[in-house]
Amino acid sequence: MTKAGAKTVQEAVGAERRPALGGQDMSARGVKVAVLPPANRVSLRVPEEAVASLSRALGVALPQKPKTSAAKDGRTVFWLGPDEWFVFDEQGGDALADCGKAKGLHSAVDVSHRNVAFAVSGPGAEAAIAAGCPQDLALAAFAVGACSRTVFGKAEILLYRVSEQEFRVECWRSFSGYVFGLLGEGARDAAA
Amino acid sequence: MAESFRLPGRGRLAQARTARFTFDGKSYSGVAGDTLASALLANGIHLVGRSFKYHRPRGILSAGAEEPNALVGIHRDASRKTPNVRATVQELYDGLTAVSQNRWPSLGFDVGAVNDLASPFFSAGFYYKTFMWPKAAWKSLYEPFIRSAAGLGVAPDQPDPDHYAARFAHCEVLVLGGGAAGLAAALAAAESGLRVIICDEQAELGGSLRFESGAAIDGQNGWDWAQAAAARLAAMDNVRVLTRTTAFGYYLQNFVALAERVSDHLSSPGDLPRERLWQVRAKRVVLATGSIERHMVFPDNDRPGVMLASAARTYLNHYGVAVGRNVGVYTANDSAYAGAIDLKRAGVNVAAIVDLRDNPSGPMVDEARALGIEIHGGRGVVRVGGRLRVSSITVKPRTGGDGERTIAVDALLVSAGWTPSVHLFSQSRGKVAFNDEVKRFLPGTYTQDCISVGACNGTDGLAATIDEAYAAGAKAAREAGGKAGKAAKPKVEGSENWSRGMLGAGPGAEAGTTVKAFVDFQNDVTAKDIRQAVREGMQSIEHVKRFTTNGMATDQGKTSNMHGLAIAAEELGKAIPEVGLTTFRAPYTPVTFGTIVGHARGKLFEPTRRTPMHGWAERNGAVFEDVGQWKRAWYFPQRGEDMHAAVNRECVTVRKSAGLFDASTLGKIEVVGPDAAAFMELMYTNPWQKLEAGRCRYGVMLREDGFIYDDGVVGRLAEDRFHVTTTTGGAARVMNHMEDYLQTEFPHLKVWLTSISEQWAVIAVQGPKSRDIIAPLVEGIDLSDEAMPHMSVREGRICGVPTRLFRMSFSGERGFEVNVPADYGEAVWEALWAQGQKHDACAYGTETMHVLRAEKGYIIVGQDTDGTVTPNDAGLDWAVGKKKADFVGIRGLKRPDLVAEGRRQLVGLRTRDPDVVLEEGAQIVADPKQPVPMKMIGHVTSSYWSENCGRSIALALVEGGRKRMGETLYVPMPDRTIEVEVTGMVFFDEKGERLND
Repeated sequence: MTKAGAKTVQEAVGAERRPALGGQDMSARGVKVAVLPPANRVSLRVPEEAVASLSRALGVALPQKPKTSAAKDGRTVFWLGPDEWFVFDEQGGDALADCGKAKGLHSAVDVSHRNVAFAVSGPGAEAAIAAGCPQDLALAAFAVGACSRTVFGKAEILLYRVSEQEFRVECWRSFSGYVFGLLGEGARDAAA
Repeated sequence: MAESFRLPGRGRLAQARTARFTFDGKSYSGVAGDTLASALLANGIHLVGRSFKYHRPRGILSAGAEEPNALVGIHRDASRKTPNVRATVQELYDGLTAVSQNRWPSLGFDVGAVNDLASPFFSAGFYYKTFMWPKAAWKSLYEPFIRSAAGLGVAPDQPDPDHYAARFAHCEVLVLGGGAAGLAAALAAAESGLRVIICDEQAELGGSLRFESGAAIDGQNGWDWAQAAAARLAAMDNVRVLTRTTAFGYYLQNFVALAERVSDHLSSPGDLPRERLWQVRAKRVVLATGSIERHMVFPDNDRPGVMLASAARTYLNHYGVAVGRNVGVYTANDSAYAGAIDLKRAGVNVAAIVDLRDNPSGPMVDEARALGIEIHGGRGVVRVGGRLRVSSITVKPRTGGDGERTIAVDALLVSAGWTPSVHLFSQSRGKVAFNDEVKRFLPGTYTQDCISVGACNGTDGLAATIDEAYAAGAKAAREAGGKAGKAAKPKVEGSENWSRGMLGAGPGAEAGTTVKAFVDFQNDVTAKDIRQAVREGMQSIEHVKRFTTNGMATDQGKTSNMHGLAIAAEELGKAIPEVGLTTFRAPYTPVTFGTIVGHARGKLFEPTRRTPMHGWAERNGAVFEDVGQWKRAWYFPQRGEDMHAAVNRECVTVRKSAGLFDASTLGKIEVVGPDAAAFMELMYTNPWQKLEAGRCRYGVMLREDGFIYDDGVVGRLAEDRFHVTTTTGGAARVMNHMEDYLQTEFPHLKVWLTSISEQWAVIAVQGPKSRDIIAPLVEGIDLSDEAMPHMSVREGRICGVPTRLFRMSFSGERGFEVNVPADYGEAVWEALWAQGQKHDACAYGTETMHVLRAEKGYIIVGQDTDGTVTPNDAGLDWAVGKKKADFVGIRGLKRPDLVAEGRRQLVGLRTRDPDVVLEEGAQIVADPKQPVPMKMIGHVTSSYWSENCGRSIALALVEGGRKRMGETLYVPMPDRTIEVEVTGMVFFDEKGERLND
């Protein structure tokens, strides 16, 4: 056996990042489904007494009401449970590092590569998602900024209303082919 | 052929817009807007099918969804052949092809009709009585007979090429049924601005206004008012109008399933789905499901040409079709008079109205009389002439005696009264109550937020219906949080009023007669059959139903249930409510599998989960196996290799040099918090408090009952952070199990769980050369044995990206598991592969992984355990912390049966003949000469050919196994008995030296 101590890296070159479904999209009349670029993501768990501390560290006040979100400077936080938040940063910010600066007790876990995100937009977006999501998606029930961990067909998703006619759908990486396919079928029917 | 029964200027269809269709190969012409039934009748065709049991010629009974007889096949092309389509529901399109069913060689002459003559042998309970013995006849005689006789129509033999859509929807008020009642309710509810959905099974809203010629609402003819109201609703933003849509299932919390037929009525559907399933959650539901007319029960009442009065009226008033030129009417209530009057006014001769009531009277009777129609009160139809088509009726006084008279007719309109459609109400778990005065079951106790209005609620008369429905719609909207609107209630100025009628068999079909007076047309159940069931001891209607199959056909007894119930009650000498009512179940009318399946077919049947390195494996010839929803590389055959050769090569290569294995599917959970170690102590049998950061431990998880639930290697990344791995199959349930205990049993612990299964791609590099392969790519980690011994974990970088690098082994060789963020998985794999090539390493799949671990006696939870195996049974006592005061399963492990002698223990087996590979699951006995059934003392859990050992190896659960070392046991197989020796579980490198070699 060769002795392998701490040694210089001879052949390592930065490994290429290959996101699932990278750059794909599909559209039907009135609905467009696009795979969004990678984002920085953190699964955040915070007991009540540390919420203020983490809010400061992240620069976004952690939302307190079910189905609500908060956003600031490219960083969005979803309320997912009484002590659970989902943070994503689309402008290169390192949410995990920011959490690390907080003094308050918490659990922050990097899940940047765990999820794949889709933008579903257009007048038929609501109908396309209703092909597999049993939630009431009417504006009155699911306003702009609303978010929820829910189901889409046989997959778990995070659903977020970006604007009246645009949703963000996140799912786990290995479910992305399925979710993309079902969104496509939903879009096709929304156009019918 | 000219449509000789289409009356010019009658009906609402544009008669100039013709559509061609064929029936049994013959070409006909119909009109746009026709149903197949109305188009056939326009061509003078009544004979459309053969009955199920007796192959009796059958015609068209109804004009709607309740049709029991007119079932046909609709053939679009070779792969689109739909059987059992109701001709009364199928809309005509140009080029439609329909075929009759259940006949051979032709509809007019059917050999199977001998069953009709042999009918004494096919009486009620025939199946229960006949196919009893001898046993041997089942396979050769009875089963083939039943199979060929059972079922109507022919199932398509090709995959369904259509697509089906699905949609969830929410509304405040859901109105089921779009007749006068549904429209009034929807109009009232829609005024509130709340979301309203109204659905109806027909192509247009309007319900019975389709045939009711006397109705006038808001100064308009009833039908025109309905169309205007529907248009008004459709134009409102808050209203969704769904036509051709059947509410077929009513479930908990106002969850209602609707089937929308999107394109079955189009000659070229294009890209439209065939059907769409709507799953609607409503705050309030208004049931406006109407009522269904019943036929009269008299001898040979199934002859083609015998038809419900309301159906004949629909064909006339809506489709402009006369169902005959010289029709008779047989009724026990007023509503059939309206049909006779309409037909007479349209120029059709009405030969006679036969009315069971002694002295029929009232405005309708007077009107009929004024039109010169002969009325035979107090009489019944006791005989019918004609076989393929009714040609005459024989009329006799109800009370018997003389005065029999035969009247020539070419169609007979029948009506025994109306049955409220309480199906959906009953499905909502509402309780119906029998109203003795009107002899109807009506909605009684409600259990959900719904309300019945109109005919389904027993409300007679259009004005009362609209009053009730409008108020209910407004109330539903108010209760759902809306404000009442200002729209004026529709005003009814003219309407017909008819109710009552009779239940059961009429004259000529009384008890004691042997005639065929049909109660259930589709299942060929006669009044006699029901009486016989009662005489043979059936007391409950549920038993009568199953014994006779009354109401069990695809029409679910829409026309037959009440008659059957009344005849059974009469025979039992009980009142109807005492005999009870059978349960209404979903679906209300048949629903295609396609609609239920929706998008979940083909690629979308189940999520197919692929790892980040899937593409590489595919490009490199991997054969995949399904592991749950995952596709996993099974083995990597090279040119000319079969599975056996590939696996042998992979197994040898890993032990000689190294192999790369995609372990990304393993479940991974990050356990974080100051109490992380305390939590781990409780969830696993092992001790964790003293595990240093940077070290790993194999953990065993039990259920409360003490049996093994999952296992996996756990790395401690920091004092307060663990990286837990689970089995692939256990990933989701282990996470749930841990979260469940954390929230319910250990909520005081400050610790949180996050699934990171998909954050990390995992590349196992196993074999003596594994360190040489990874070393050139790793940054910032000392890989020496001193710095990073077996069972340790380090964080650093590989190929310039972050890694959690585990030194661990599931092969028994020196090994590493390289975790990298998922999107980098494939590129890092490729870099490792390039390094591996320099050392003649291979890529290997799950089969080689299984063999290698079995050679080392490492168990797989779920294969070598089955939910009844304790750590001790599996030889894992060393993994149970003896000093621990508590963990999940600790008390379970102390149960007497779990510590008893003679439990099945996991051991190794070597076959006497090293070339024989045992079958997994094979049973083990101590004495192969004992008589059958033998006492089985265990079974084989894992078995492989081991190229590294040069022989077969196996693991088995055997009673008292560890005390049987060296003993010979036997595995009886169908063709031989295999001799095996009980051994330890480790077949290769017993001392475990290679982990550090």
